Amino acid sequence: MNTIRALSGVVIKELYRRKDFYVLFILTALITLVAGMHRFFNDPNIVRYIKDLCMLLVWVSALVIAIATTARQIPVERENRTIFPLLAKPVTRWQMVLGKFMGSWLATGVALLVFYIFFGIATGSREEASKWPVYFQAFWLQWVMLSVVIAITLLGSVVFSAPSANVTICFIVIAGILFFGGHLNVIALRNAEPVQSVIYTIYYLIPHLEWFDLRDRLVHGWGGVSWLDCGLATLYAMAYAWLFLLLTWLVFRRKSL
Amino acid sequence: MGAILQTENLCVEYRTRGLRLEIKPALKELNLSVCAGEVFGFLGPNGAGKTTAINVLLGFIPPTSGAAYLFGIDVRRPIARQRIGYLPEMTYYYKFLTAEELLRFYARVFGLSRLEADKRIDQLLKLVELEHARQRLIKTYSKGMQQRIGLAQALINDPDLLILDEPTSGLDPLGRMKVREIIQRLKNEGKTVFFSSHELGEVETVCDRVAIINQGGLKTVGRVGDLMAQHGANLEKVFLDIIGYQPQSVT
Repeated sequence: MNTIRALSGVVIKELYRRKDFYVLFILTALITLVAGMHRFFNDPNIVRYIKDLCMLLVWVSALVIAIATTARQIPVERENRTIFPLLAKPVTRWQMVLGKFMGSWLATGVALLVFYIFFGIATGSREEASKWPVYFQAFWLQWVMLSVVIAITLLGSVVFSAPSANVTICFIVIAGILFFGGHLNVIALRNAEPVQSVIYTIYYLIPHLEWFDLRDRLVHGWGGVSWLDCGLATLYAMAYAWLFLLLTWLVFRRKSL
Repeated sequence: MGAILQTENLCVEYRTRGLRLEIKPALKELNLSVCAGEVFGFLGPNGAGKTTAINVLLGFIPPTSGAAYLFGIDVRRPIARQRIGYLPEMTYYYKFLTAEELLRFYARVFGLSRLEADKRIDQLLKLVELEHARQRLIKTYSKGMQQRIGLAQALINDPDLLILDEPTSGLDPLGRMKVREIIQRLKNEGKTVFFSSHELGEVETVCDRVAIINQGGLKTVGRVGDLMAQHGANLEKVFLDIIGYQPQSVT
């Protein structure tokens, strides 16, 4: 556990010592500014539209931070050769994968929390206290969803040699799942065999990241989901994250340094 | 005295990826034995298999056949690396960390307590003469300073065996001398040092025994003084003779 904590600490330090973290702050400030503007409008539709836009920015920014931070972890260790003194110590490749995962996930979580706090202060301060659990659920589900994204990106980082290729492919895959994942069953019904079976298989295999999106509930004030559903979604994300981490380890343990 | 580093008929083969499967032997039945307290030089021309042998010893690559042991434990088990320190050829350490943070990170990997780590970090920074730069980010370090912080990280766990892969490569004469002094000091402390180098003068100065390999095979192993006496020449000449170098006349 010491090793995993030490490794994740380095990932977090890297994030706040690099420029990314300050880009994040500027983005957060912009979001807050935009969100704060809604007090000038009395039209609830415009207020909703602005909140929607802010949440979209939060989602995109969190995905950018998660994928960009994770994609470079293992390739940069190899490029700078820091992987050699590290693995020459009693550190297993599984510990390294877990350490990088935990570090990236925690670092992204901190960034996401900053976004939500700014967004919550700007938009939620004028709302009823009963709406705060929805904010928490939205944050929590997005964060657990990011654990799957980070695990997929980590797998990509041991498969593809260039971090840029990994980032591009991960963005396409994640965006594809978010936009089309929930509609694949409908698309399958419109196709004949064997395409139908292929699409259905993909539908049942992919992690349904769109289930973790509570933006509409937050923006339109529809209330949160049940805590049981929240817990089940957490377990679902954890299962997929572990699966991808296991695949990462299986590829990484056979990889020559 | 028991061997703390041992290889038994160690073979490593690389398979090329292409239309035709080709097998390239990198190590051929390497048998080495390094005893506690000795400084052992591992010599060979570029591509001889030195780094491959070190990579097997550190568990980075599995042997095709044969075995390697550190402290009697198979190198494939991570616990075999608990009592070793390793300095790779040229590494760019986490440049966003300071020297102190870097050493603290490695200390945590070894499970050292905070108090123990503090003490060890102070000792090591003094040893490698980087006390003045302990709070500076590594990205501001010169090549020589980077190599010295590398040496410090290799010593964080107070290892019984140090494996150094060309520790003075790319350093200026002053940097080389400082690294050599540190190796000499470790030798005096009774540490076992296994290192590969192309600086034969340096090997002659600090090593008790040397092994010379070429094209993956062990050519000779023995005490530095004995080898020089046998060939009636310095280590450089011995090395060139053993690897079969034929000087060509320049016209």
